[in-house]
Amino acid sequence: MRILTCVKRVPSPGARIVVTADGQAVDTNMLGFAVSPHEECAAEEAIRQIEQHGGSSTVMTLGPAAAEEQLRTIMSVGVDEAVLLATDGSDWDPMATARALTMAIRELEAAGGEFDLIFFGNESADSGGYQVGVRVARALGRPIVAGIKGVDVGDGEVTARRDTPSGAEVYQLPLPAVLAIKEGINLPRYPTLKGRLGAKKKEVTVIEATREAGGQSMVTLVTPPSQETPTEVLGSGASAAPALVDVLERIGVL
Amino acid sequence: MSTLYVIDHDRGEIADPVLEGLTAARALDAGVAAVTVGAAADGLAGTLAEYGAATVHQVHHDELGDYAPAAWGDAIAQLVESAGATAVLCVGSDRGNEVMAHLGAALDLPVVANCIEIVPGDIWEMTRVRWGGSLHERARLDAPIKLATFAPHTTEAAPAEIPAAGTAVEFVPDLGPEAAITRIVDRVITEEGVTLATAPVVIAGGRGVGSEEGFAPLDELAALLGGAVGCSRVVTNNGWRNHKFQVGQTGTVVAPEVYIGCGISGAIQHWVGMMASKNVVAINTDPDAPMVTKADYAVIGDLHEVVPAVIEEIKRRRE
Repeated sequence: MRILTCVKRVPSPGARIVVTADGQAVDTNMLGFAVSPHEECAAEEAIRQIEQHGGSSTVMTLGPAAAEEQLRTIMSVGVDEAVLLATDGSDWDPMATARALTMAIRELEAAGGEFDLIFFGNESADSGGYQVGVRVARALGRPIVAGIKGVDVGDGEVTARRDTPSGAEVYQLPLPAVLAIKEGINLPRYPTLKGRLGAKKKEVTVIEATREAGGQSMVTLVTPPSQETPTEVLGSGASAAPALVDVLERIGVL
Repeated sequence: MSTLYVIDHDRGEIADPVLEGLTAARALDAGVAAVTVGAAADGLAGTLAEYGAATVHQVHHDELGDYAPAAWGDAIAQLVESAGATAVLCVGSDRGNEVMAHLGAALDLPVVANCIEIVPGDIWEMTRVRWGGSLHERARLDAPIKLATFAPHTTEAAPAEIPAAGTAVEFVPDLGPEAAITRIVDRVITEEGVTLATAPVVIAGGRGVGSEEGFAPLDELAALLGGAVGCSRVVTNNGWRNHKFQVGQTGTVVAPEVYIGCGISGAIQHWVGMMASKNVVAINTDPDAPMVTKADYAVIGDLHEVVPAVIEEIKRRRE
């Protein structure tokens, strides 16, 4: 089996986000970079599927030359090959991203054979457009489901599970197929020292990405107005319980 | 402007953000038409009229018996052409964003996801959320047909002052069997009753809970209040609780009447998942934790002492 995972390099999630003076990017002077969380899980899922069924997996990203760091991170946990679709690092709209990825996937498949599965993250942590995977899948004429938290590969088909508020929906797709994976499908492993050293020596294939912009463009990034409200401290420890219950009563949820 | 507003529904049931989005769509175009895909949603026409839908396009086809993202996208693409729509809007829910992505791909047009403000014109000027809401982006949309979704919990749902006609118009798209290749084959029901996404009270636990067992008092408090238990990313990463209970950017977004964060520091990726809560209560040992400084109410203390005391107090008052 051949699996491709498409990932995105994003400023490390969880830290306070500060916008650069020109409003064109997140100020990353004080931040590291990471693989967007859903995609980190997607790559882990690819590794687990290959461990179970045999074959090889590839990771690809569209991004600046520095995104090689994320490709090596992914290779260090067990993905075999990496492809960098190199850009100048500017903000690409979802259509342009999808077109470039589709072209690259066609090239990779012409050279190495079809991918049985292509994994995307459900949405990138930073721009969150929720559509690149769908656009690529449709351009390739393959089925896709998003929000996937369970993957079971069978004979010529894949069963995919997606959470709903009350349980889960189960989808069945013929292979080759595309899935947009959600965090929670697994807990990604940490790289071992041996994995890190091995990944350092591996080659990263670089393809120059061609940008064919869509009609959506970013004007500027803005920090939302602060939500700081005065906090009413009800007390300390167990003795504050009656005051808290009073609040619940006042709100009307008791 | 001829606007279609696509209804995200599950076998005829809609979630609150759907009517929020219709309220926002009505503000952009007073003549907005709603679109329901599948006969299971025909019964929604009355509600949609109440919220301002002048027309309700009811899309019927054998392949549209249940949710099928690609088939929905294809069917709506055909309706767009037949109705001469110049804008298609939807709520930015899981399904909403998925269907709109299919529509955008089918029409080869851009889709701007999770907008909080739209200024229409030849070119639309919009504000959308990034990083789950911790950052905003001003964006421009230049396309012959504008496609966008509304970020949930940004507009208060309100019925139209004068209910619209809500005239039902049937549309039968031309779909081959391949359109529904991606379809639901089974459903697993694990939660009965209150779910995290819709619970009026959410009791959330973080690192301070300390263990899987540490959630027992939170479960008890949630049961007493008819609420649901949520958790932070640290909790799911430690395996204390399943990811489906995770509140935040990469988990579930909640907007309850009351959110009680227990032992949660309030990292930004968690905060964006609960910032739409009407009242935020923090229980934390650290008075300087972001969750405490941003909360409406706070109790400074160990949740393992405070939560049981709250449970006792509620039981005492109910006796």
